Amino acid sequence: MANQDVLLKVEDLRLYFRTTKGVLRAVDGVSFELGADRAMVIVGESGCGKTSLARAILRLLPRNVHTYTGKVYLDGQEVMSLSDEQFRRQVRWVKMSFVPQAAMNALNPVIRVADQVAEPLLIHNRIKSKAEAKRRVEEALKLVGVPLDFMTRYAFELSGGMRQRVIIAMALVTSPVLVILDEPTSALDVLTQANIMNSLKRIRKELALTYILITHDISTSSELANESMVMYAGQLAERSHAGGFYKDPYHPYSRMLMASVPSLREDKELAFIPGKPPSLLNPPEGCRFAPRCPERFEMCDQDPPPFTLEDGRVVRCWLYRGRA
Amino acid sequence: MQRTNGKLLEIKDLHKWFELRKFGFIRIGFVRAVDGVTFDLGPKEALAFVGESGCGKSTLARTVLGLHQPTKGEVIFQGRALHKLGRWYRSQVGYVQQDPYGALPPFMTVQRILEEPLIINRVARTRAERLARVTEVLEEVRLTPVRDFLGKFPHMLSGGQQQRVVIARATVLRPKLIVADEPVSMLDASVRVEILKLLRELQEAHELGVIYITHDLSTIRYFSERIFVMYAAKFVEKAGVRELIHNPLHPYTQALLEAIPDPDPKNAETYKDVPPGEPPSLINPPEGCRFHPRCSRMIEGLCDVQVPPEFEPQPGHYVACWLYRDGEVPAADN
Repeated sequence: MANQDVLLKVEDLRLYFRTTKGVLRAVDGVSFELGADRAMVIVGESGCGKTSLARAILRLLPRNVHTYTGKVYLDGQEVMSLSDEQFRRQVRWVKMSFVPQAAMNALNPVIRVADQVAEPLLIHNRIKSKAEAKRRVEEALKLVGVPLDFMTRYAFELSGGMRQRVIIAMALVTSPVLVILDEPTSALDVLTQANIMNSLKRIRKELALTYILITHDISTSSELANESMVMYAGQLAERSHAGGFYKDPYHPYSRMLMASVPSLREDKELAFIPGKPPSLLNPPEGCRFAPRCPERFEMCDQDPPPFTLEDGRVVRCWLYRGRA
Repeated sequence: MQRTNGKLLEIKDLHKWFELRKFGFIRIGFVRAVDGVTFDLGPKEALAFVGESGCGKSTLARTVLGLHQPTKGEVIFQGRALHKLGRWYRSQVGYVQQDPYGALPPFMTVQRILEEPLIINRVARTRAERLARVTEVLEEVRLTPVRDFLGKFPHMLSGGQQQRVVIARATVLRPKLIVADEPVSMLDASVRVEILKLLRELQEAHELGVIYITHDLSTIRYFSERIFVMYAAKFVEKAGVRELIHNPLHPYTQALLEAIPDPDPKNAETYKDVPPGEPPSLINPPEGCRFHPRCSRMIEGLCDVQVPPEFEPQPGHYVACWLYRDGEVPAADN
């Protein structure tokens, strides 16, 4: 898994927020590697730090940041040490771009579609020629399947699916190597969702892009993923290749998450995970999943390290200590 | 009330059109949100409506609840027409809304929220009686210990707990019918299953008729016996859950099922065969079958001209599609 060219390497990334109730540990020491030309899905319940991790990688931070440490290597370059201005010029949207959550409402209502899609080109790639910008906008829109006569329309004149495609075009127009998609289809109808998933798949193959897909919809995530990562309470719980994760998840949390996925075609009894995720203000001592875990034992009072197993998968659970 | 011929609810050729006006008084058209819908529901039966957003399923639900006046057609509850029932009907139906936080008044405590229907309908006259009933429903929806929840305001509860309060409110008057409009779509995946199981238990315990409205086909099989598929304000297919999932007949239903993945790593290798385009506008719906512009098996000169009636190619399995006009199931083209 890690032997191919590593495109993104994250080491001990931490992002804590200052709140009136104390320090909130949204991302608490996450490390992983992602090969070039792979698509990794990050799953977990809401509030487990998925979106914060994406924002930490992209350095799109709110004002109340308490701690922001760790190392992020992109294409071999350490980007955490860059200044904000350098990061903006060299990395964000130039090398990695972002499709935000609720993209339905992410478009500026008073700017026409073409101008909106051109914006990252003008700001991040500093393209001066209008003709050049127009050509690249057209290319990006064609790629995602937006008819070119929509270029002069406003966001409110588009359907939800089309708006989502425009947002994806904005993320692709600067030709980045890594695209982070945060719940790209969660607000859409099933047929529209399937159409957009088809487009995302095709685009990834054509452009040899690397994706990070953040979602809580495990069924749909399997459409795109060949790598997977499960997050729980700000930490990595399991990191696997997709084949292993969907067929045989290792971490007790991943297993329960998988058992709660309703299946259309199979008859299976649905399970749910009792309790709720811990507060990130005061996470429990030891393993953070232990209070909800059916398989907990004495060792779970201590925090398990991430164990790398012989098949390359990483599991943060004491049950796997013998297989590392 | 024994003139019920065994049906809890009968809907006959129901239409709900909303007027579109310009400057507030010039009528420029109609949004045909529900356009000729007929079905019935037995007592103790769970029924599901499936459709994409904007297909009219919520309007249908609200019309059934008596919140909209039907433009044409009838809603018959226990053998009596809805417009003759008056306020009594409101105590016989419960409504579980989609967004629990939006559905609960933020300035009322849980106890007050659940007492309100009892006071309005003069069900439990004394404080003690009301408290007993509220405690009972809270226990049913597993908000225990009840004492901890009575004094809480909606914002102090998690999404799943809020939805439980909404369900408790819908059942506090012991209605015969519950209409649940996307009850779990705003909730986290791990909580969804819990809420669906709870609804199912309540249905069985109180012998309720339930109409479950959703866009998510994968949760239906855990809930209802029959599925009605809705497209552009009309039903296109009606069948039992198992039958519909394993033998979908309408091309739209087939596409809908095709679009829903099971978690399987092989999905990443293949493309889905889904129709392009989007559902039509309900102001000017297409002539003939409303799905024909997106349908790969469209019959020229028939599907785009005449509205397909309901055929019954298999007993109990209804489909509004010209492919089944000879009463048998044609082989797929590919």
